[in-house]
Amino acid sequence: MTDDYVLETRELTKEFKGFVAVNKVNLKVRRGTIHALIGPNGAGKTTCFNLLTQFLPPTRGRIFYKAKEITGSKPSAIARMGLVRSFQISAVFPHLSVLENVRLALQRKRGGSFDFWRSERILNALDDRARELIASVGLSEFEQTIAVELPYGRKRALEIATTLALDPEVMLLDEPTAGMTHEDVGRISALIRRVAQNRTVLMVEHNLSVVADLCDHITVLARGEILAEGDYATVSRNPEVVQAYMGKGYA
Amino acid sequence: MNDPAGAPALSEIAIKPLKHVNGAAHRWVAFIVMVAFFALAPTFIYPVFLMKVMCFALFACAFNLLLGYVGLLSFGHAMFLGIAGYAAAYVAKEGLNIEAIRLGTIHIPLNIALPPFTPELAILTGVLAAAILGYVAGLLAIRRQGIYFAMITLALAQMVYFFCLQAPFTGGEDGIQAVPRGKLFGVIDLSDVKAMYATVFVIFIGGFLVIFRIIHSPFGQVMKAIRENEPRATSLGYDTDRYKLIAFVLSATLAGLAGATNALVFQLAALNAVHWTMSGEVVLMTLVGGLGTVFGPVVGVLAVLGMENYLAQLGAWVTIVQGAIFVICVLTFRRGIVGELARWIKKPL
Repeated sequence: MTDDYVLETRELTKEFKGFVAVNKVNLKVRRGTIHALIGPNGAGKTTCFNLLTQFLPPTRGRIFYKAKEITGSKPSAIARMGLVRSFQISAVFPHLSVLENVRLALQRKRGGSFDFWRSERILNALDDRARELIASVGLSEFEQTIAVELPYGRKRALEIATTLALDPEVMLLDEPTAGMTHEDVGRISALIRRVAQNRTVLMVEHNLSVVADLCDHITVLARGEILAEGDYATVSRNPEVVQAYMGKGYA
Repeated sequence: MNDPAGAPALSEIAIKPLKHVNGAAHRWVAFIVMVAFFALAPTFIYPVFLMKVMCFALFACAFNLLLGYVGLLSFGHAMFLGIAGYAAAYVAKEGLNIEAIRLGTIHIPLNIALPPFTPELAILTGVLAAAILGYVAGLLAIRRQGIYFAMITLALAQMVYFFCLQAPFTGGEDGIQAVPRGKLFGVIDLSDVKAMYATVFVIFIGGFLVIFRIIHSPFGQVMKAIRENEPRATSLGYDTDRYKLIAFVLSATLAGLAGATNALVFQLAALNAVHWTMSGEVVLMTLVGGLGTVFGPVVGVLAVLGMENYLAQLGAWVTIVQGAIFVICVLTFRRGIVGELARWIKKPL
Protein backbone atom coordinates (compact mmCIF):
# COMPACT_ATOMS: atom_id res chain seq x y z
CA MET A 1 0.00 0.00 0.00
CA THR A 2 1.30 3.40 -0.88
CA ASP A 3 0.86 6.62 1.00
CA ASP A 4 -1.21 7.90 -1.88
CA TYR A 5 -4.29 6.24 -0.53
CA VAL A 6 -5.64 7.71 2.65
CA LEU A 7 -8.43 5.20 2.95
CA GLU A 8 -8.43 1.67 1.69
CA THR A 9 -10.52 -1.44 2.16
CA ARG A 10 -9.64 -5.03 1.40
CA GLU A 11 -12.31 -7.59 0.62
CA LEU A 12 -14.75 -5.64 2.78
CA THR A 13 -17.89 -7.73 3.28
CA LYS A 14 -21.07 -7.27 5.29
CA GLU A 15 -23.76 -9.90 5.53
CA PHE A 16 -27.12 -9.44 7.23
CA LYS A 17 -28.60 -12.84 8.02
CA GLY A 18 -27.56 -14.36 4.71
CA PHE A 19 -28.13 -11.21 2.66
CA VAL A 20 -24.86 -9.84 1.37
CA ALA A 21 -25.10 -6.05 1.49
CA VAL A 22 -21.46 -5.37 0.71
CA ASN A 23 -19.42 -8.01 -1.06
CA LYS A 24 -15.62 -8.03 -1.22
CA VAL A 25 -15.25 -4.35 -1.86
CA ASN A 26 -11.74 -3.07 -2.46
CA LEU A 27 -12.09 0.66 -2.23
CA LYS A 28 -9.13 2.99 -2.56
CA VAL A 29 -9.51 6.66 -1.83
CA ARG A 30 -6.63 8.81 -3.00
CA ARG A 31 -5.47 11.57 -0.69
CA GLY A 32 -6.75 15.02 -1.57
CA THR A 33 -9.44 13.96 -3.99
CA ILE A 34 -13.19 14.16 -4.03
CA HIS A 35 -14.26 10.58 -4.49
CA ALA A 36 -17.86 9.62 -5.20
CA LEU A 37 -19.61 6.41 -4.36
CA ILE A 38 -22.62 6.01 -6.60
CA GLY A 39 -25.01 3.26 -7.51
CA PRO A 40 -28.70 2.38 -7.57
CA ASN A 41 -30.76 2.07 -4.39
CA GLY A 42 -29.73 -0.86 -2.25
CA ALA A 43 -26.27 -1.05 -3.77
CA GLY A 44 -24.67 -0.90 -0.33
CA LYS A 45 -23.35 2.65 -0.36
CA THR A 46 -24.61 3.66 3.06
CA THR A 47 -23.63 0.27 4.49
CA CYS A 48 -20.14 0.96 3.16
CA PHE A 49 -20.12 4.25 5.06
CA ASN A 50 -21.27 2.54 8.21
CA LEU A 51 -18.50 -0.02 7.83
CA LEU A 52 -15.79 2.55 7.15
CA THR A 53 -16.68 4.46 10.32
CA GLN A 54 -17.34 1.26 12.26
CA PHE A 55 -20.93 2.14 13.02
CA LEU A 56 -21.39 -1.43 11.77
CA PRO A 57 -18.79 -4.16 12.26
CA PRO A 58 -17.79 -5.82 8.97
CA THR A 59 -18.41 -9.55 8.58
CA ARG A 60 -15.08 -9.95 6.80
CA GLY A 61 -12.39 -7.78 5.37
CA ARG A 62 -10.13 -5.03 6.62
CA ILE A 63 -10.08 -1.25 6.60
CA PHE A 64 -6.96 0.88 6.50
CA TYR A 65 -6.78 4.58 7.26
CA LYS A 66 -3.46 6.30 6.60
CA ALA A 67 -1.84 2.85 6.22
CA LYS A 68 -3.03 1.85 9.68
CA GLU A 69 -5.63 -0.83 10.19
CA ILE A 70 -8.73 0.54 11.90
CA THR A 71 -10.98 -2.51 11.62
CA GLY A 72 -12.65 -3.05 14.99
CA SER A 73 -11.95 0.41 16.43
CA LYS A 74 -14.75 2.29 18.17
CA PRO A 75 -16.66 4.76 15.96
CA SER A 76 -15.82 7.61 18.32
CA ALA A 77 -12.12 6.70 18.18
CA ILE A 78 -12.22 6.76 14.38
CA ALA A 79 -13.77 10.21 14.46
CA ARG A 80 -10.94 11.35 16.71
CA MET A 81 -8.40 10.07 14.19
CA GLY A 82 -9.80 12.51 11.65
CA LEU A 83 -12.18 10.35 9.65
CA VAL A 84 -15.50 12.07 10.16
CA ARG A 85 -18.83 11.20 8.62
CA SER A 86 -22.14 12.89 8.00
CA PHE A 87 -25.47 11.16 7.81
CA GLN A 88 -28.12 10.74 5.15
CA ILE A 89 -30.77 12.34 7.28
CA SER A 90 -29.54 15.67 8.46
CA ALA A 91 -27.46 15.22 11.56
CA VAL A 92 -27.75 18.31 13.68
CA PHE A 93 -28.57 18.63 17.37
CA PRO A 94 -32.10 19.88 16.73
CA HIS A 95 -32.89 21.74 19.95
CA LEU A 96 -29.57 23.45 20.41
CA SER A 97 -28.66 26.71 18.72
CA VAL A 98 -26.52 26.86 15.58
CA LEU A 99 -23.65 28.22 17.66
CA GLU A 100 -23.97 25.44 20.22
CA ASN A 101 -24.02 22.84 17.46
CA VAL A 102 -20.69 23.98 16.08
CA ARG A 103 -19.23 24.56 19.51
CA LEU A 104 -19.95 20.96 20.47
CA ALA A 105 -17.58 19.87 17.74
CA LEU A 106 -14.94 22.43 18.75
CA GLN A 107 -15.30 21.28 22.32
CA ARG A 108 -13.90 17.90 21.25
CA LYS A 109 -10.45 19.45 20.94
CA ARG A 110 -10.42 20.01 24.68
CA GLY A 111 -10.15 16.24 24.93
CA GLY A 112 -12.84 14.52 26.95
CA SER A 113 -15.46 16.89 28.29
CA PHE A 114 -15.99 15.03 31.51
CA ASP A 115 -15.69 18.12 33.69
CA PHE A 116 -19.22 18.32 35.06
CA TRP A 117 -18.11 20.60 37.90
CA ARG A 118 -16.99 23.48 35.69
CA SER A 119 -19.15 26.23 34.28
CA GLU A 120 -19.98 26.07 30.61
CA ARG A 121 -18.83 29.68 30.41
CA ILE A 122 -15.31 28.41 29.71
CA LEU A 123 -16.69 27.23 26.38
CA ASN A 124 -17.24 30.85 25.37
CA ALA A 125 -13.56 30.85 24.43
CA LEU A 126 -14.56 28.74 21.44
CA ASP A 127 -17.20 31.18 20.23
CA ASP A 128 -14.93 33.15 17.89
CA ARG A 129 -13.78 30.07 16.01
CA ALA A 130 -17.37 28.80 15.94
CA ARG A 131 -18.54 32.09 14.41
CA GLU A 132 -15.85 31.87 11.73
CA LEU A 133 -17.04 28.41 10.77
CA ILE A 134 -20.66 29.50 10.80
CA ALA A 135 -19.78 32.43 8.58
CA SER A 136 -17.89 30.15 6.19
CA VAL A 137 -21.09 28.26 5.44
CA GLY A 138 -23.15 31.45 5.25
CA LEU A 139 -25.15 30.98 8.42
CA SER A 140 -24.01 34.06 10.35
CA GLU A 141 -27.48 35.55 10.62
CA PHE A 142 -28.78 32.27 12.07
CA GLU A 143 -26.19 31.99 14.81
CA GLN A 144 -28.76 32.06 17.62
CA THR A 145 -31.42 30.10 15.76
CA ILE A 146 -32.43 26.73 17.14
CA ALA A 147 -31.23 24.18 14.59
CA VAL A 148 -34.61 22.52 14.17
CA GLU A 149 -36.05 25.78 12.83
CA LEU A 150 -33.54 26.04 9.98
CA PRO A 151 -34.69 25.21 6.48
CA TYR A 152 -33.39 21.90 5.19
CA GLY A 153 -30.57 23.23 3.04
CA ARG A 154 -29.28 25.35 5.91
CA LYS A 155 -29.30 22.32 8.19
CA ARG A 156 -26.98 20.53 5.80
CA ALA A 157 -24.75 23.58 5.76
CA LEU A 158 -24.72 23.58 9.55
CA GLU A 159 -23.85 19.92 9.51
CA ILE A 160 -20.88 20.62 7.27
CA ALA A 161 -19.76 23.49 9.51
CA THR A 162 -19.94 21.14 12.50
CA THR A 163 -17.94 18.49 10.68
CA LEU A 164 -15.39 21.09 9.58
CA ALA A 165 -14.97 22.20 13.17
CA LEU A 166 -13.22 18.90 13.80
CA ASP A 167 -10.80 19.76 11.00
CA PRO A 168 -11.04 16.23 9.64
CA GLU A 169 -8.54 14.78 7.18
CA VAL A 170 -11.23 12.77 5.51
CA MET A 171 -14.89 13.75 5.31
CA LEU A 172 -17.48 11.14 4.49
CA LEU A 173 -20.64 12.81 3.22
CA ASP A 174 -23.75 10.70 2.83
CA GLU A 175 -25.94 12.27 0.15
CA PRO A 176 -25.16 15.88 1.00
CA THR A 177 -27.62 17.28 -1.55
CA ALA A 178 -30.48 14.81 -1.11
CA GLY A 179 -33.88 16.48 -0.95
CA MET A 180 -32.56 19.95 -1.66
CA THR A 181 -33.88 22.69 -3.83
CA HIS A 182 -31.90 23.53 -6.93
CA GLU A 183 -30.53 26.67 -5.33
CA ASP A 184 -29.36 24.83 -2.22
CA VAL A 185 -27.66 22.16 -4.32
CA GLY A 186 -25.53 24.84 -5.93
CA ARG A 187 -24.64 26.36 -2.58
CA ILE A 188 -23.69 23.03 -1.03
CA SER A 189 -21.60 21.84 -3.96
CA ALA A 190 -19.70 25.11 -3.98
CA LEU A 191 -19.14 24.63 -0.28
CA ILE A 192 -17.90 21.07 -0.72
CA ARG A 193 -15.52 22.16 -3.42
CA ARG A 194 -14.14 24.85 -1.15
CA VAL A 195 -13.66 22.66 1.91
CA ALA A 196 -12.14 19.85 -0.14
CA GLN A 197 -9.15 21.99 -1.04
CA ASN A 198 -6.98 20.64 1.73
CA ARG A 199 -8.68 17.40 2.61
CA THR A 200 -10.12 14.25 1.16
CA VAL A 201 -13.84 13.84 0.61
CA LEU A 202 -15.67 10.60 0.03
CA MET A 203 -19.31 11.15 -0.82
CA VAL A 204 -22.37 9.13 -1.62
CA GLU A 205 -24.43 11.10 -4.09
CA HIS A 206 -27.41 10.49 -6.33
CA ASN A 207 -27.35 13.77 -8.13
CA LEU A 208 -25.14 12.88 -11.10
CA SER A 209 -24.61 16.45 -12.21
CA VAL A 210 -23.12 17.20 -8.80
CA VAL A 211 -20.93 14.12 -9.13
CA ALA A 212 -19.85 15.11 -12.65
CA ASP A 213 -19.11 18.60 -11.48
CA LEU A 214 -17.24 17.86 -8.27
CA CYS A 215 -15.70 14.46 -8.21
CA ASP A 216 -12.28 13.39 -9.40
CA HIS A 217 -12.90 9.72 -9.06
CA ILE A 218 -16.03 7.61 -9.05
CA THR A 219 -16.72 4.13 -7.77
CA VAL A 220 -19.97 2.53 -8.89
CA LEU A 221 -21.52 -0.01 -6.60
CA ALA A 222 -24.29 -2.42 -7.55
CA ARG A 223 -25.65 -5.22 -5.41
CA GLY A 224 -22.84 -4.75 -2.95
CA GLU A 225 -20.04 -5.08 -5.46
CA ILE A 226 -17.86 -2.65 -7.32
CA LEU A 227 -19.13 -2.42 -10.86
CA ALA A 228 -16.86 0.20 -12.30
CA GLU A 229 -14.30 2.81 -11.34
CA GLY A 230 -12.75 5.83 -12.96
CA ASP A 231 -13.53 9.43 -13.77
CA TYR A 232 -17.00 10.54 -14.79
CA ALA A 233 -16.44 10.19 -18.52
CA THR A 234 -15.14 6.63 -18.21
CA VAL A 235 -17.83 5.52 -15.82
CA SER A 236 -20.73 7.05 -17.71
CA ARG A 237 -19.72 5.27 -20.91
CA ASN A 238 -19.50 1.90 -19.20
CA PRO A 239 -22.40 -0.24 -20.54
CA GLU A 240 -22.72 -2.17 -17.29
CA VAL A 241 -23.21 1.04 -15.37
CA VAL A 242 -25.85 2.28 -17.77
CA GLN A 243 -27.62 -1.05 -17.46
CA ALA A 244 -27.51 -1.01 -13.65
CA TYR A 245 -29.08 2.44 -13.62
CA MET A 246 -31.55 2.14 -16.46
CA GLY A 247 -32.33 -1.57 -16.52
CA LYS A 248 -31.75 -4.05 -19.32
CA GLY A 249 -32.26 -2.90 -22.87
CA TYR A 250 -30.45 0.42 -22.55
CA ALA A 251 -26.95 -0.97 -22.72
CA MET B 1 -34.78 11.28 21.06
CA ASN B 2 -37.08 9.43 23.37
CA ASP B 3 -38.51 11.90 25.75
CA PRO B 4 -42.15 11.15 26.29
CA ALA B 5 -43.08 14.80 26.51
CA GLY B 6 -42.46 15.05 22.79
CA ALA B 7 -39.94 16.86 20.67
CA PRO B 8 -41.73 20.17 20.26
CA ALA B 9 -41.67 20.75 23.98
CA LEU B 10 -37.94 21.24 24.13
CA SER B 11 -37.71 23.17 20.89
CA GLU B 12 -39.84 25.96 22.10
CA ILE B 13 -38.15 26.38 25.44
CA ALA B 14 -34.65 25.85 24.11
CA ILE B 15 -32.13 28.37 25.18
CA LYS B 16 -29.97 30.97 23.55
CA PRO B 17 -26.66 30.30 25.19
CA LEU B 18 -24.90 33.57 24.61
CA LYS B 19 -27.56 35.51 26.40
CA HIS B 20 -27.00 33.51 29.55
CA VAL B 21 -25.37 36.39 31.28
CA ASN B 22 -28.37 38.65 30.77
CA GLY B 23 -30.95 35.92 30.48
CA ALA B 24 -30.02 34.33 33.78
CA ALA B 25 -31.93 36.97 35.74
CA HIS B 26 -35.29 35.23 35.63
CA ARG B 27 -33.59 32.04 36.82
CA TRP B 28 -32.15 33.85 39.78
CA VAL B 29 -35.63 35.12 40.55
CA ALA B 30 -37.02 31.59 40.36
CA PHE B 31 -34.19 30.29 42.51
CA ILE B 32 -34.70 32.97 45.16
CA VAL B 33 -38.44 32.30 45.18
CA MET B 34 -37.71 28.61 45.72
CA VAL B 35 -35.19 29.22 48.51
CA ALA B 36 -37.50 31.75 50.18
CA PHE B 37 -40.40 29.35 49.98
CA PHE B 38 -38.56 26.51 51.70
CA ALA B 39 -37.01 28.88 54.23
CA LEU B 40 -40.33 30.48 55.23
CA ALA B 41 -42.82 27.70 54.62
CA PRO B 42 -42.27 25.83 57.92
CA THR B 43 -44.00 28.72 59.69
CA PHE B 44 -47.29 27.83 58.02
CA ILE B 45 -46.80 24.30 56.62
CA TYR B 46 -46.06 21.13 58.58
CA PRO B 47 -42.21 20.93 58.54
CA VAL B 48 -42.01 17.14 58.27
CA PHE B 49 -44.11 17.31 55.11
CA LEU B 50 -41.77 19.98 53.74
CA MET B 51 -38.74 17.86 54.54
CA LYS B 52 -40.34 15.01 52.59
CA VAL B 53 -40.96 17.42 49.72
CA MET B 54 -37.31 18.52 49.70
CA CYS B 55 -36.02 14.93 49.76
CA PHE B 56 -38.29 13.94 46.91
CA ALA B 57 -37.55 17.13 45.01
CA LEU B 58 -33.87 16.25 45.09
CA PHE B 59 -34.75 12.72 44.00
CA ALA B 60 -36.85 14.02 41.09
CA CYS B 61 -34.15 16.52 40.07
CA ALA B 62 -31.60 13.68 40.00
CA PHE B 63 -34.00 11.63 37.87
CA ASN B 64 -34.62 14.61 35.58
CA LEU B 65 -30.86 14.97 35.09
CA LEU B 66 -30.96 11.62 33.34
CA LEU B 67 -34.31 11.74 31.53
CA GLY B 68 -34.53 15.43 30.80
CA TYR B 69 -30.92 16.07 29.82
CA VAL B 70 -29.47 12.78 28.55
CA GLY B 71 -32.78 11.33 27.32
CA LEU B 72 -32.41 8.13 29.32
CA LEU B 73 -35.63 6.85 30.92
CA SER B 74 -34.65 4.89 34.00
CA PHE B 75 -37.57 2.95 35.36
CA GLY B 76 -35.73 1.74 38.42
CA HIS B 77 -34.55 4.88 40.13
CA ALA B 78 -36.22 3.80 43.37
CA MET B 79 -33.37 1.34 43.87
CA PHE B 80 -30.94 4.20 44.49
CA LEU B 81 -33.33 6.04 46.78
CA GLY B 82 -34.03 2.83 48.65
CA ILE B 83 -30.57 1.33 48.95
CA ALA B 84 -29.13 4.60 50.24
CA GLY B 85 -31.94 4.77 52.79
CA TYR B 86 -31.23 1.26 54.02
CA ALA B 87 -27.47 1.80 54.14
CA ALA B 88 -27.78 5.10 56.00
CA ALA B 89 -30.43 3.79 58.40
CA TYR B 90 -28.42 0.66 59.15
CA VAL B 91 -25.12 2.37 59.99
CA ALA B 92 -26.89 5.13 61.89
CA LYS B 93 -28.63 2.55 64.06
CA GLU B 94 -26.24 -0.38 64.29
CA GLY B 95 -22.87 1.00 63.24
CA LEU B 96 -20.79 -1.40 61.22
CA ASN B 97 -19.87 -4.77 62.68
CA ILE B 98 -18.18 -7.25 60.39
CA GLU B 99 -16.24 -10.02 62.10
CA ALA B 100 -15.20 -11.80 58.96
CA ILE B 101 -16.11 -12.40 55.34
CA ARG B 102 -16.74 -15.98 54.38
CA LEU B 103 -16.52 -16.90 50.70
CA GLY B 104 -16.99 -20.65 50.53
CA THR B 105 -14.04 -22.04 52.39
CA ILE B 106 -12.10 -18.81 52.40
CA HIS B 107 -12.31 -17.00 55.69
CA ILE B 108 -11.11 -13.42 55.86
CA PRO B 109 -11.07 -12.03 59.39
CA LEU B 110 -11.83 -8.31 59.44
CA ASN B 111 -12.90 -7.53 62.98
CA ILE B 112 -14.55 -4.26 62.03
CA ALA B 113 -16.57 -2.96 64.95
CA LEU B 114 -17.76 0.61 64.54
CA PRO B 115 -20.29 2.28 66.80
CA PRO B 116 -23.44 3.87 65.25
CA PHE B 117 -22.49 6.49 62.68
CA THR B 118 -23.11 10.20 63.08
CA PRO B 119 -25.76 11.51 60.64
CA GLU B 120 -23.31 13.05 58.16
CA LEU B 121 -21.35 9.79 57.95
CA ALA B 122 -24.54 7.77 57.69
CA ILE B 123 -25.69 9.92 54.77
CA LEU B 124 -22.26 9.59 53.18
CA THR B 125 -22.49 5.80 53.51
CA GLY B 126 -25.90 5.85 51.85
CA VAL B 127 -24.62 8.05 49.02
CA LEU B 128 -21.66 5.74 48.50
CA ALA B 129 -23.92 2.68 48.39
CA ALA B 130 -26.11 4.36 45.74
CA ALA B 131 -23.05 5.40 43.71
CA ILE B 132 -21.68 1.85 43.66
CA LEU B 133 -25.07 0.41 42.77
CA GLY B 134 -25.41 3.13 40.14
CA TYR B 135 -22.10 2.17 38.58
CA VAL B 136 -22.99 -1.53 38.39
CA ALA B 137 -26.54 -0.91 37.15
CA GLY B 138 -25.28 1.72 34.70
CA LEU B 139 -22.66 -0.61 33.22
CA LEU B 140 -25.37 -3.13 32.45
CA ALA B 141 -28.17 -0.79 31.40
CA ILE B 142 -26.45 1.69 29.08
CA ARG B 143 -25.63 -1.11 26.67
CA ARG B 144 -29.21 -0.86 25.47
CA GLN B 145 -31.36 2.05 24.39
CA GLY B 146 -34.92 3.29 24.71
CA ILE B 147 -37.46 0.84 26.08
CA TYR B 148 -34.79 -1.83 26.64
CA PHE B 149 -32.84 0.53 28.85
CA ALA B 150 -35.99 1.20 30.87
CA MET B 151 -36.72 -2.52 31.18
CA ILE B 152 -33.20 -3.40 32.33
CA THR B 153 -33.29 -0.70 35.01
CA LEU B 154 -36.72 -1.96 36.10
CA ALA B 155 -35.45 -5.55 36.30
CA LEU B 156 -32.42 -4.51 38.34
CA ALA B 157 -34.62 -2.47 40.67
CA GLN B 158 -36.83 -5.51 41.23
CA MET B 159 -33.75 -7.53 42.14
CA VAL B 160 -32.77 -4.86 44.64
CA TYR B 161 -36.33 -4.90 46.00
CA PHE B 162 -36.19 -8.64 46.67
CA PHE B 163 -32.75 -8.30 48.14
CA CYS B 164 -34.10 -5.70 50.58
CA LEU B 165 -37.03 -7.98 51.37
CA GLN B 166 -34.87 -11.04 52.07
CA ALA B 167 -31.52 -9.80 53.34
CA PRO B 168 -30.94 -10.43 57.07
CA PHE B 169 -30.08 -6.83 57.93
CA THR B 170 -32.92 -4.92 56.23
CA GLY B 171 -35.69 -6.03 58.53
CA GLY B 172 -37.84 -7.53 55.76
CA GLU B 173 -41.41 -6.26 55.82
CA ASP B 174 -40.71 -4.14 58.90
CA GLY B 175 -37.78 -2.27 57.46
CA ILE B 176 -35.28 -0.60 59.76
CA GLN B 177 -37.28 1.33 62.33
CA ALA B 178 -36.49 3.81 65.09
CA VAL B 179 -33.34 5.03 63.36
CA PRO B 180 -31.68 7.60 65.63
CA ARG B 181 -31.15 10.96 63.95
CA GLY B 182 -28.09 11.46 66.06
CA LYS B 183 -25.96 14.55 66.39
CA LEU B 184 -24.68 16.25 63.25
CA PHE B 185 -20.86 16.37 63.45
CA GLY B 186 -21.37 15.12 66.99
CA VAL B 187 -22.67 18.56 67.98
CA ILE B 188 -26.06 19.53 66.58
CA ASP B 189 -28.88 17.38 67.86
CA LEU B 190 -31.11 16.51 64.91
CA SER B 191 -33.98 15.28 67.03
CA ASP B 192 -34.83 18.95 67.15
CA VAL B 193 -37.11 19.56 64.17
CA LYS B 194 -35.59 22.96 63.40
CA ALA B 195 -32.08 21.53 63.23
CA MET B 196 -33.26 18.64 61.08
CA TYR B 197 -35.15 21.02 58.81
CA ALA B 198 -32.10 23.24 58.38
CA THR B 199 -29.96 20.21 57.55
CA VAL B 200 -32.40 18.92 54.92
CA PHE B 201 -32.71 22.44 53.52
CA VAL B 202 -28.93 22.76 53.09
CA ILE B 203 -28.67 19.30 51.52
CA PHE B 204 -31.54 20.04 49.12
CA ILE B 205 -30.24 23.43 48.00
CA GLY B 206 -26.70 22.04 47.74
CA GLY B 207 -27.87 19.07 45.66
CA PHE B 208 -29.98 21.34 43.48
CA LEU B 209 -27.01 23.62 42.77
CA VAL B 210 -24.80 20.64 41.95
CA ILE B 211 -27.38 19.44 39.43
CA PHE B 212 -27.69 22.94 37.99
CA ARG B 213 -23.94 23.08 37.51
CA ILE B 214 -23.79 19.64 35.90
CA ILE B 215 -26.46 20.70 33.39
CA HIS B 216 -24.53 23.89 32.60
CA SER B 217 -21.06 22.44 32.32
CA PRO B 218 -19.03 21.29 29.30
CA PHE B 219 -20.11 17.79 30.31
CA GLY B 220 -23.72 18.97 30.33
CA GLN B 221 -23.35 20.19 26.76
CA VAL B 222 -22.30 16.71 25.68
CA MET B 223 -25.20 15.24 27.67
CA LYS B 224 -27.61 17.40 25.69
CA ALA B 225 -25.88 16.44 22.45
CA ILE B 226 -26.45 12.78 23.28
CA ARG B 227 -30.09 13.49 24.08
CA GLU B 228 -30.51 15.32 20.80
CA ASN B 229 -28.69 12.96 18.46
CA GLU B 230 -26.55 10.19 19.81
CA PRO B 231 -25.09 8.88 16.51
CA ARG B 232 -24.02 12.40 15.63
CA ALA B 233 -22.33 12.84 19.00
CA THR B 234 -20.46 9.60 18.30
CA SER B 235 -19.46 10.80 14.86
CA LEU B 236 -18.00 13.93 16.45
CA GLY B 237 -15.72 11.64 18.45
CA TYR B 238 -17.56 11.48 21.76
CA ASP B 239 -17.51 8.07 23.40
CA THR B 240 -21.18 8.35 24.30
CA ASP B 241 -21.29 5.27 26.52
CA ARG B 242 -18.80 6.81 28.92
CA TYR B 243 -20.77 10.06 29.13
CA LYS B 244 -23.97 8.15 29.71
CA LEU B 245 -22.38 6.02 32.42
CA ILE B 246 -21.02 9.06 34.26
CA ALA B 247 -24.40 10.81 34.01
CA PHE B 248 -26.08 7.66 35.28
CA VAL B 249 -23.75 7.40 38.28
CA LEU B 250 -24.18 11.11 39.07
CA SER B 251 -27.94 10.74 38.95
CA ALA B 252 -27.86 7.61 41.13
CA THR B 253 -25.55 9.30 43.64
CA LEU B 254 -27.81 12.32 43.99
CA ALA B 255 -30.87 10.07 44.26
CA GLY B 256 -28.95 8.29 47.02
CA LEU B 257 -28.37 11.59 48.80
CA ALA B 258 -32.12 12.13 48.75
CA GLY B 259 -32.83 8.59 49.98
CA ALA B 260 -30.34 8.69 52.84
CA THR B 261 -31.61 12.08 54.02
CA ASN B 262 -35.20 10.87 53.78
CA ALA B 263 -34.39 7.83 55.94
CA LEU B 264 -33.00 10.07 58.66
CA VAL B 265 -35.96 12.43 58.51
CA PHE B 266 -38.49 9.64 58.96
CA GLN B 267 -36.12 7.53 61.09
CA LEU B 268 -37.13 4.66 58.88
CA ALA B 269 -35.91 2.67 55.88
CA ALA B 270 -38.74 0.65 54.43
CA LEU B 271 -39.66 -1.32 51.35
CA ASN B 272 -41.87 1.34 49.80
CA ALA B 273 -38.74 3.34 48.90
CA VAL B 274 -37.40 0.49 46.74
CA HIS B 275 -40.76 -0.54 45.30
CA TRP B 276 -41.32 -0.09 41.57
CA THR B 277 -44.26 2.23 42.25
CA MET B 278 -41.72 4.68 43.64
CA SER B 279 -39.85 4.54 40.33
CA GLY B 280 -43.15 5.27 38.60
CA GLU B 281 -44.02 8.10 40.93
CA VAL B 282 -40.81 9.97 40.20
CA VAL B 283 -41.60 9.79 36.48
CA LEU B 284 -45.02 11.26 37.22
CA MET B 285 -43.62 14.01 39.42
CA THR B 286 -41.03 15.01 36.83
CA LEU B 287 -43.52 15.05 33.95
CA VAL B 288 -46.12 17.05 35.88
CA GLY B 289 -43.50 19.61 36.88
CA GLY B 290 -41.78 19.83 33.52
CA LEU B 291 -39.28 17.45 31.98
CA GLY B 292 -35.94 18.95 31.07
CA THR B 293 -36.53 22.11 33.08
CA VAL B 294 -34.39 22.98 36.07
CA PHE B 295 -37.23 23.84 38.45
CA GLY B 296 -39.88 21.50 37.06
CA PRO B 297 -39.21 18.47 39.25
CA VAL B 298 -39.41 20.59 42.42
CA VAL B 299 -42.81 21.97 41.43
CA GLY B 300 -43.95 18.51 40.32
CA VAL B 301 -43.05 16.99 43.67
CA LEU B 302 -44.81 19.79 45.51
CA ALA B 303 -47.94 19.20 43.40
CA VAL B 304 -47.98 15.41 43.68
CA LEU B 305 -47.07 15.16 47.36
CA GLY B 306 -49.37 18.06 48.15
CA MET B 307 -52.24 16.15 46.62
CA GLU B 308 -51.32 13.00 48.52
CA ASN B 309 -51.12 14.93 51.76
CA TYR B 310 -54.10 17.25 51.54
CA LEU B 311 -56.41 14.87 49.75
CA ALA B 312 -55.56 12.04 52.13
CA GLN B 313 -59.10 11.92 53.48
CA LEU B 314 -60.24 10.77 50.06
CA GLY B 315 -58.40 7.51 50.72
CA ALA B 316 -57.94 5.35 47.65
CA TRP B 317 -59.40 8.14 45.52
CA VAL B 318 -56.06 9.96 45.70
CA THR B 319 -54.59 7.50 43.23
CA ILE B 320 -57.50 8.07 40.88
CA VAL B 321 -57.22 11.84 41.15
CA GLN B 322 -53.49 11.55 40.51
CA GLY B 323 -54.13 9.33 37.50
CA ALA B 324 -56.63 11.83 36.12
CA ILE B 325 -54.18 14.71 36.60
CA PHE B 326 -51.47 12.72 34.86
CA VAL B 327 -53.77 12.07 31.90
CA ILE B 328 -54.76 15.76 31.75
CA CYS B 329 -51.10 16.73 31.96
CA VAL B 330 -50.12 14.47 29.07
CA LEU B 331 -53.10 15.54 26.97
CA THR B 332 -53.12 19.28 27.54
CA PHE B 333 -49.91 20.60 29.00
CA ARG B 334 -47.28 18.18 27.91
CA ARG B 335 -44.43 20.44 28.90
CA GLY B 336 -45.48 20.26 32.52
CA ILE B 337 -46.25 23.17 34.83
CA VAL B 338 -42.83 24.81 34.65
CA GLY B 339 -42.40 23.89 30.99
CA GLU B 340 -45.59 25.74 30.07
CA LEU B 341 -44.63 28.66 32.25
CA ALA B 342 -41.23 28.87 30.58
CA ARG B 343 -42.87 28.85 27.17
CA TRP B 344 -45.24 31.57 28.25
CA ILE B 345 -42.46 33.91 29.41
CA LYS B 346 -40.25 32.68 26.54
CA LYS B 347 -37.35 31.99 28.87
CA PRO B 348 -35.88 28.73 30.07
CA LEU B 349 -36.56 27.84 33.69
